[in-house]
Order: sequence, then structure tokens, then C-alpha cells
Amino acid sequence: MKFTIDWLKEHLDTNLNDQQIIESLTNVGLEVESYENASSDLDDFLVAKIVNAEQHPNADRLRVCDVDIGKGETIKVVCGAPNAKKGLLTVYAGPGAIIPKNQMKLTVSKIRGVTSYGMLCSESELKLSNESDGITELAEKYNEKVGQKYFESKTPKVIDLSITPNRPDCLGVRGVARDLAAAGTGKLKNLKETKIKLIGEQSTKVTIKKEKEQGCTIFGSCLVKGVTNKESPQWLKDKILSLGQKPISAIVDITNYVMFDLNRPLHAYDADKVDKEIIVRNSKKGENFEALDNKKYTLDDGMCVISDQSGVLGLGGIIGGTRSGTELETKNILLESAYFSPRSIRKTSKLLNIDTDAKFRFERGIDPYSIEAGLKKAAELIQEICGGEISKFDIQKIEEKKLDNVKFDFSLFEKTTGFNIDKKEIIEIINNLGFKISENSENLNLEVPSWRPDILQPIDIVEEIVRIKGYQHIKTIEPEKNRLKSTLNKKQKLFHFLQRSVASKGYFEAITWSFADSKINNLFREKNDEIKIVNPISSELNVLRNSIFSNLIYYLQKNLDRGFKDISFFEIGPVFIGNQPGDQLTVVGALQAGKKSRLNWLEKDRAVDVFDAKRDVIQSIIEAGFNKDKLFISDNSPSYYHPGKSGSVYLNRDDNKPIAFFGEFHPNIIKKIDIKTDALIGFEIFLDYFKETKKKLKDQKSQFEYSDFQKSERDFAFVIDKKVKAQDLIEIITSVDKDLIKSVSVFDVYEGEKIPKDKKSVALNVTIQSSEKTLTDNDLEKINNLIISTVESKSGAKIRS
Amino acid sequence: MSDIKKIKDEYLAKLNKDQNLESINQIKTELFGKNGIVSNEFKKMGSVPQEERKKFASDLNFIKEELQNKISEKAQEIETKEINLKLENEKVDVTLPERNFKLGKIHPVSQVIDEISSIFSEIGFSVEEGPDVENEYNNFTALNTPDNHPARDMHDTFYLDHKKELLLRTHTSPVQVRTMLKGKPPFKIIAPGRTYRSDSDQTHAPMFHQVEGLHIDKDINMGHLKGCLNYFIKEFFEVDKLKMRFRPSHFPFTEPSAEVDIGYEIKDGKIIIGEGDKWLEILGCGMVHPNVLKNVNVDPSKYQGYAFGIGIDRLGMLKYGINDLRAFFETDYRWLSHFGFDPLDVPSSYRGLSR
Repeated sequence: MKFTIDWLKEHLDTNLNDQQIIESLTNVGLEVESYENASSDLDDFLVAKIVNAEQHPNADRLRVCDVDIGKGETIKVVCGAPNAKKGLLTVYAGPGAIIPKNQMKLTVSKIRGVTSYGMLCSESELKLSNESDGITELAEKYNEKVGQKYFESKTPKVIDLSITPNRPDCLGVRGVARDLAAAGTGKLKNLKETKIKLIGEQSTKVTIKKEKEQGCTIFGSCLVKGVTNKESPQWLKDKILSLGQKPISAIVDITNYVMFDLNRPLHAYDADKVDKEIIVRNSKKGENFEALDNKKYTLDDGMCVISDQSGVLGLGGIIGGTRSGTELETKNILLESAYFSPRSIRKTSKLLNIDTDAKFRFERGIDPYSIEAGLKKAAELIQEICGGEISKFDIQKIEEKKLDNVKFDFSLFEKTTGFNIDKKEIIEIINNLGFKISENSENLNLEVPSWRPDILQPIDIVEEIVRIKGYQHIKTIEPEKNRLKSTLNKKQKLFHFLQRSVASKGYFEAITWSFADSKINNLFREKNDEIKIVNPISSELNVLRNSIFSNLIYYLQKNLDRGFKDISFFEIGPVFIGNQPGDQLTVVGALQAGKKSRLNWLEKDRAVDVFDAKRDVIQSIIEAGFNKDKLFISDNSPSYYHPGKSGSVYLNRDDNKPIAFFGEFHPNIIKKIDIKTDALIGFEIFLDYFKETKKKLKDQKSQFEYSDFQKSERDFAFVIDKKVKAQDLIEIITSVDKDLIKSVSVFDVYEGEKIPKDKKSVALNVTIQSSEKTLTDNDLEKINNLIISTVESKSGAKIRS
Repeated sequence: MSDIKKIKDEYLAKLNKDQNLESINQIKTELFGKNGIVSNEFKKMGSVPQEERKKFASDLNFIKEELQNKISEKAQEIETKEINLKLENEKVDVTLPERNFKLGKIHPVSQVIDEISSIFSEIGFSVEEGPDVENEYNNFTALNTPDNHPARDMHDTFYLDHKKELLLRTHTSPVQVRTMLKGKPPFKIIAPGRTYRSDSDQTHAPMFHQVEGLHIDKDINMGHLKGCLNYFIKEFFEVDKLKMRFRPSHFPFTEPSAEVDIGYEIKDGKIIIGEGDKWLEILGCGMVHPNVLKNVNVDPSKYQGYAFGIGIDRLGMLKYGINDLRAFFETDYRWLSHFGFDPLDVPSSYRGLSR
């Protein structure tokens, strides 16, 4: 919503200066977006400097210039002027600019094979002089102004308000003035009462069809006969220009002016082009018309149209049609001032994708009591500027719009805002906003002004009072520091621990979109459904991600392409397994590419491998508070991992869902995404699959017990079937005597010439200690033998001698 | 007597010459071995006449002790020398680079979420969450934004179905709805999370982060709202002074509604929060609309309170001098390395939010 201060002062009597008025607008809730000179065509001409000028490769008389227009990067302009040389300060016009001399609109164009972004202007082209031999040469003092507008703004300063959707009344200057007056910024002036002479009946018959969901309930109209349409007078042109619009003709400008002044949209028809009568009705599917935006629209059933006997003239409250549009030759005008329901306007404009100033207003709610005031003001102005004779007003109604009533209890104000103001002041504010008050002691009975469709209940009255009184009166009550329940729940704590423990292992946390490119996402989707976005931001972000990897691997590749070699990323966030609310899992996904050590004087080069991934995933789970001894590893994993170098982690041996996967990636994935790296590993942790522990960690701890008796270590080497897993071997040994065997670790695995092809040798170190006594050689011998015999019988292994 | 004195002098002289551990041991054996010189002298004890025996024994013991001391002193000396020599040979250039250690980084948005949670934890808020995919009812209708409401135009919504019933939440406000539907008042929660709008340019990303706040109880009014936000913003920006301005605004789900601006100025190209005469809009808030309370089965005649929504990414940009919103989500290793946080930097109220 744009207007000048002068325009505002036509409705508001105030002594305040511009800055005070702007402050007051902010304070009542009318947000000032900007207060600047109105834009004009001349804004497109900038001071520029030629940074470099080279001969055009294909034309002797043209030069290709690199021009600095203050944007950081220079732009290329092809120029034929003999004086276009390096270092020259001149005037640049960008694509879209209109050259004053010939009214030509510039576009980006190819000149003999070189693309030119705009042009450098001669004084003649700028209408500054007749000099047309070369481009404008500016004095040295312009060096500091490169990038700034060349022409000083002569346009008036314009306030641009961002009006919230609840305040259609402030989409007209008068409504803004009314709010300011209520806040004490001035006095609302009375509308000029002039007597216009109405001659004769409005002779074009108007009918509103009583159909289901008729979008028009009131249609007011009058005829202005015998007008001479013309260019608008300067005062009117200036008003239209200050709105950022172009003056068209007096009649069109007047209807626009009244719309912005009183927030009363109108439409002017060329009465001679209307075929006999006006019928307001619902459209039928397939009907079409050409609108004033020069587009042809084909309508659906049930759109509110203004029609005549030949068909559709326009969409009521949205846009008129070319068939009945006014022109400079128009002699007789039919002026429309109607009420259209917000719902109907909104539905139609959405379906047809039309946005106009009238539509914007009607869908927010136009004052249904402003029909006659609008006709009156517009007809009067038309008569004043274009002459003619005004008919009586014809008002067709199919529904009486009653004013709303709200009961307001004074105490609600303090209850809501925390502070109190005088009843007298409350009444004054409400009065100034246009409410009609009938009081009964504690309650006010309020009749809501016709221009305030947003006021529906007592709380809305509280807002009116407090915003006019000023939010600065609200007290600041210090918050109490008492807690109803703990800040984080178990799962949120797990999130927090995992996030920071993964980061502490060298991974950089990334946050990537929840949507992904279906092509990449499919590589990680497994058996999950693809969840399409109906209106994606781009075709590369067209589905919800089924895996953290869908995006993370894409960004990993981008960083590898930047020349980084050994990098690790992780993300913790949602992945989606369905399109219903809640069909999502919280997952940590981590990737590591390259080598563990590279070009290092201490260590040999080593590419990352599955055991790096395993270390990071296991250690993170431990740090999140879980017992390593209970973890169980299996070698099943999703298809995007290397089938032989990946696995899954279970919290307990007999759990049915793994909490994590880890491993190296399948070579197909690396190939398809074209990742150039020495090695790629990753892991995923599924937070939702952790069983919630009831006890806190401190309560899970067993009693502190330790033994000071001598500890013994024994080494064993077993030759065993390749398929037997180390995890099982350790489990067998541990179970031989849970009290005596304190730990088992693998220190060597050998496959090769010295043992059969399908076997491997596993060397283990076992720590044996009693908590009751020092073990004798005999005791140790016994347990040694028991370990060997148990392993041999349970796993088919043979002790290596 | 002269014999043993001679032995002493001879061996002391020997020991004072350059020796190594081996030759020392050799001397030790020569003197004190089974057939060592000193040992043999002791064996002579019996043949020494009675009257001289006492003196002989004392002299011999004295000499024995002297020689033994000398031997161990010498041995010690040699050992020290040899260790020093060995250490000298082992010397390395400690200015060579140490072994690699890689610490990761926490994303600024995560860090800011933890800071926010820490602040609100102090004044009794707990953290709630809601799904990223929402139904139309929770995201709009329950929040007093019916189908034909123009406010819906301000949210460019991503839809998952053609009937427009499933969508990506456009704000964190549906968590209010979910929280109140599943519980009973009082409510005092914050809900940080991802939000989505199909809007993408220099200052907008199709995904961003918000934190919702909700406090409903019997007598919570706009003064509490102002106090809570004033406290939060001061704590968050870690400033003592704060210029804050409440401005009337409109959100369908709050009435009265406000937007909050904070004062700032630019000094040496850096933004300083809390001072200066420029205003920066940082959040929207208001008293929860009675229609919303009715929609979630809370009696608006008994309970009332406030709600607010803050853009997390923007807060982070302001606090940590980050210029480009889109860079948050571009996973550039250099950017994360520069703006990311040490995972040990867990924001807390007693240690301070930031280092």
C-alpha cells in the first residue's frame, strides 16, 4: 500500500512531521516497509566506469567493454562509440531501461556474436543535449558515484506500508488516516460533501442471479453519459505515479484513484459496448473472455462473472474484459461499485492464477456500505474532468449485510495485557475507530464498523485498544525460574549425546535439505516408498529423502571436487518412510572419504576402511551410554554397502532390529555418483530403534568390585573354519568361566600358505583372574585346558601348536 | 698391615683410571670374589696373633668398606654417563609435526538450538517436537487459518498430495496444537525444528529453522510475554543492555499479536546488538487466540497465555556474523570449518553460552 504524505494529509489534519507520522504508523501496527522517492523510469540509468575496452572480434567499429556498475562484478556491454575507452566515466542503462529519446526498451542482446547486457548512452539519447557522436563523458567527481543513479529523483517521497491480511480497511489512504487519528496523530477530516446532480434513471438493467454460492451480493451502478475521455490532469497523474503505476486515461485513473483513496474498487464499462443488460451470474465451464491484461481466460463452473446478453464481460471483483473496456473514444460510461464475497474471489483467482489490486482487496473484505460513496466520488470526478451527465444510482441486492455486534467486558483488557487504562480512554479509542457504543456498566455493546471484517470477538477489541494505546505500556514481568518437568526427554538427550560424540570423532556436522533428488535418493531408498513433493522447488529436490546419505553424499562429492581429499561429514535429522505425519525416523548418517593418514612422516598411508567406520559407530554408541559388552554385530546391511565389508549393530544379541549400520560403500554407488576418492566409508545410527532405558545411567551401574589377586594372561591360536566369526569365538571363550575370564582379545588373524585354504588362524589373548585367591599353576592349567577343549568342541577349531 | 694398605692403594689407583662397567665388575671379583684378594685376607684372620687380630680386623674392614664404596660410586658414575650418552643419541626434532588429530564440528544451527534450549530451560520450558510432515488441519485450520484465509498466501507451502491435505510444515506452530491436544494445561514448552516454504532466493531458503514457544496457564498475560522475550534476547546475545520494541502485527493464531524489533548499529562493519537507533525485526508473537485454544480443547475462559516463533538461522547469523543464509545448507567444508563449533562447547548457563 503506497501513498505520499500529502495524500494522507488530504484525510488527516496533523501538525506532526513526516518522521513522527512514520513512527506513529509503526506504533499502531501499520508496518512501514520503506519511505523513499517513488520509482521512475530514470532510475535505470547508472553512473558507470569502463574498466576495459577491447576490439569486437567480428566488427571493426564496435568495442566490447567491461563496465563497472558498482555490483562487484563488471558486465559486458558492446558499444560503437569512438570514445568508449578504458577509464571513461559514463552513463549505463541496463536491460529493461527505456531510452528517453526514442522510448526504446533495452533487452539483453547478441551483437555480432557477443552478448551485450545493456548500453552506454550518449547525451542525445538521454535528451540532455544534441550530442550524439559518442557516449556521455562524465567528470572525475563521478568516480565516487559509480553504481548510483545518474538522474536525481524528482519524484515525491512515498510511504510503502505492508498491510497485514486482517486490515483491508487500511488498503485505502482514508483507513490509514482513521487509524492514525485514533492514536492521536491528528484529526480525521470529514469527507467533502458536495451535491451532485443526478439526472434520469440508470437505464441498463442489472440482475444478480440468485444462484447457489453467488459471489456477488450487492451491485451498485450509475451511468455517466456524454463524457470526453482524455489524459488525466497533472494532479491525478501524480497520484497514480506515486502508487508506482502508469496513468492510462482519466476514467481508468479515476477508478484507480478512488480505490486507493477510499479502498473502494470500481469498474468502468463502456456502456455502448454492453449488450442490452448486465447479468451477474455463475460461469459455465468452458466460457471464455479476454481480460484487460490481454490474456484469454477459460472459465470453470461457478465463477462469479459480470455478463451481458452476448456473454462474459469480466470476472466480478477481479478483472474486467477488453470487450467492454473504456477507451479514449468512449462516450457513455457504466460505473460499477459492488460487493463480492472474499471466498468466491479467492477461489476464482487461485484457479485462474490472477492477481489484481481489486482482487487483493475483495478477498480481504471490502466495506459493503461504501458502494454509494464510491459511485459518488468517482462519478463526480468524471464529471469534473470529462464532463457528462450522471444518472441516479441503481443498487441491486440479494442479501442485506448486517453489522456485527460484540459484547466487551472491560476486565478482559487488563486480564490480557497486564495493565489497566481508564474506561473513559477505552471508550474514546473505540469511538475514534468507528465503533458505535451502547454501554451497560461493566460491558460495552459494540457495533462493529462496516469496514472492519476482522473484528469478531472480545479479544479483537482488546487488540484494538492496546495497539492504539501503544505496546510500550505493556509491563515487562521477569520470568519465574521454576521448572514443571525436565527440559529434555530421553530421546532428545540421546540425540544430543550422539550428535556431539560423532562430531568429536572428526566429522563435520552438515544440515542438508529434507528433500532430495529422486535419482540419488533411489540408490539409498531400499524398500521404502518414494515420497514425491507435488510442487518441488526444483526437479533435483523432488522427493522427501529416505536416507541421510541421499543429500550428504552429493555434498561430499562437491567437496571432493573442490580438491579436499580426506573429509568426514555427518548429519543428524529426519528421514522419511511414508507421507503421513510421524512417518519419519531420526537418523545419524556419517560419511568419511579418503585416507586416515596421508603424506605423513610418522605413519604409512592408509585408506579408511570398515574398521574405522566400526570404531566410530561403536564408540559413539558407548558414549551415548550403552554397554559395549552387550553389543552384537551381524554382517547383514543395506544394499548400498559393500556386501563383504559392512555390518549392523544390535544393542543385544537377541534384538530383532539393528540400531546401526556401518561399512564401506558398494562400488556401484561410488561409480553412479562418480565419487573420486581413495575409499569411502559410512555409518548410520537409528535413534528410534534404541530401547528407552527406564533407569538413568547412574542407577544402571553395578556395585564397584575389584580383585587384587594376581592376574594371568594366556595366548591361544586356533585354526578354524573361515566362516566362524571372531565374535562367536570370543563368546565361547568368555562363557567357559564368566568369573575367571576377565577379557578376551584378538591379536592376530592369519590366512595363507601355512594353513588349509578354507581355514584361518585366530590368535587370542585371555586375561584370567580370580576375585577370591591367587590362582595356582594347577588352576591355570585346568582353565587353559577347559578353554581349548570347549573351543574345539563347540567350533570345530584346532589349537595350533 | 702394609700388605693390605698396598692392596688398597693399588686398587684405588686402578679404580680412578678410566673404567667401564665390565672392568669394574672384574675388579670387584678380583677383590671380593670367592678367591678375591680381600676375601683371602679375611681367611688369614685365624693366623694373625691374638693381640694383633683386633686391629687387623678393623683395618681390613675399613679397607673393604672404602674399596666397596669406591666401586659403587664408580659404577654409578659410569651408568649415568652411559644413560646420558644413550639419551643424547635418541634425541629427535620435536618441532616436527605431531600425529594427526581430527576434531569435528557442530553446525551453527545445532549450536544455536542448544543455546536457546539452555536459556529456556532456566526459566522452566521443556523441549517438544513435532513431525516435519503435517496435515493441513494442524498447520493451518487448527491455528485459526481457515482454507480461504489470505494469510495462507504468505506461506508458500510444499504439498505431498494433490488434495493439499499433507504438507511440509510451514512453521513450528503445529507443535502447539499437538502438545495441547495430548496434554492438560499448564503448558510451558519450546519446539525447535525444521520448517519449509517453497521460496528460494538470496535471503530465503526452502528449508529453515524456527523455535516455537508456548506458555499457557491461568493468568499469563502480555507482560509475561514481554518479560520472557526480553530475558531470552538478553541472554542469547549475552548483552546487559537491550533495546527492544513491541510492535502491533497480525498472525491468525494470536490476538493481540506483536512483532519484536531489537535495536542495533553497525560499527566497523560489525553488527552490535542492543545499541544504536536502527531496528531489526527478529520474531513474531502474541496471546494465543481463543479459537486456537478451543480447537485443542483448552477452555479459553479458564486458561490463556502466549506463543512466539523465532527464526533460528537468523538469530545465529546475527550472533555469529554470518552473512549468507543459504550457506547454512550448502555443506561447504571450508564454511563448516570456519563457522562450526567445537563439540566440547556445550552451551550451559553456568559456564556461559558461548566461549
